[in-house]
Amino acid sequence: MQARLKLAGQALSVALVAGLFALLVWKLATQEEGAASKLDRGEIVAAPGFRLDRLDGPGKISLAAYRGRPVVVNFWGSWCDPCKQEAPVLEETWQRYRSRGLVVLGVDFHDLKGAAKRFARENDMSYPLAYDGPGNTISKYGVEAAPETFFVAPDGTLVCERLLGGVHIERNRGRYDECVQELLAA
Amino acid sequence: MRVVLVVVAALAFTGSAAAACPTLADLEGEVMCPQCKTTLDQSDAPVARDIKRFIQQRAEACVPEGQIKDELVAQFGPAVLAAPPREGLHWLAWLLPLIGLATGAVVVSALVWRWSRGRPAAEPTVPLNGRPPLDPELERRLDRELARFDG
Repeated sequence: MQARLKLAGQALSVALVAGLFALLVWKLATQEEGAASKLDRGEIVAAPGFRLDRLDGPGKISLAAYRGRPVVVNFWGSWCDPCKQEAPVLEETWQRYRSRGLVVLGVDFHDLKGAAKRFARENDMSYPLAYDGPGNTISKYGVEAAPETFFVAPDGTLVCERLLGGVHIERNRGRYDECVQELLAA
Repeated sequence: MRVVLVVVAALAFTGSAAAACPTLADLEGEVMCPQCKTTLDQSDAPVARDIKRFIQQRAEACVPEGQIKDELVAQFGPAVLAAPPREGLHWLAWLLPLIGLATGAVVVSALVWRWSRGRPAAEPTVPLNGRPPLDPELERRLDRELARFDG
């Protein structure tokens, strides 16, 4: 009886360890790799879709709605200083190229809605804005910090490169303009 | 007399209202900073400061704690709460540690019980000659060896 009990205990322990190991393997296997990593490796990658609340009005906003048009997707937050400094550059792009079909789409994440709305108002951001408080979109894209900017071609693929940091800074400014031109030519 | 009653009632009402109003301190250990993945009381990130300010404003307006949490969940999702909600699969997060503790307690109790039952009776620790006792196996072997000389 005691031997049987001991055997059952051992079987239970082995099953428990095997279960935890399987859970770990499953977690690692299903862990989503951000689109940015694939883009950095030079792969052709589809821009992850999203459907989020509009920050600049009622209703939803989705990337799919802009299929067929070049889109600059900019991730930002009201708590981010460089986001404030780059906003005029993004606004200028929107104003200059919207007649050619280009869309600048801001995605605000990990933010209070009220603070984000105030930030958009204070910085005269008139381009479409989406609100992603929980930050579900940033893991799909592989966003590491705000701000980050992606370029989505009319066919829905990511092109050029992702720009880490504000598009206004010296390191990014020239590349940003090149990417916008690449988008317009796509 | 009537004035005293009114004053007492007013004080009681003020006291209970004050007690019902949450404070930032009540909540900052229960709400996560969505960026740093720590509770607000351990974070000084800009977004954490914004959320603290939001809680402070809502607490000053005497909004109930549950409602403040609901408002934060509506904006940041359920992960903004440090403790998982008590519903659906989230129950596992509450139950598994308890089940683990209970299983551990049962196993340890069983082992202690078995160990205490299976232990041989205590032998005298101080022998008459003042020296430490011999190992029983060694003593038996010694007896066997000595018996050979006797034969």
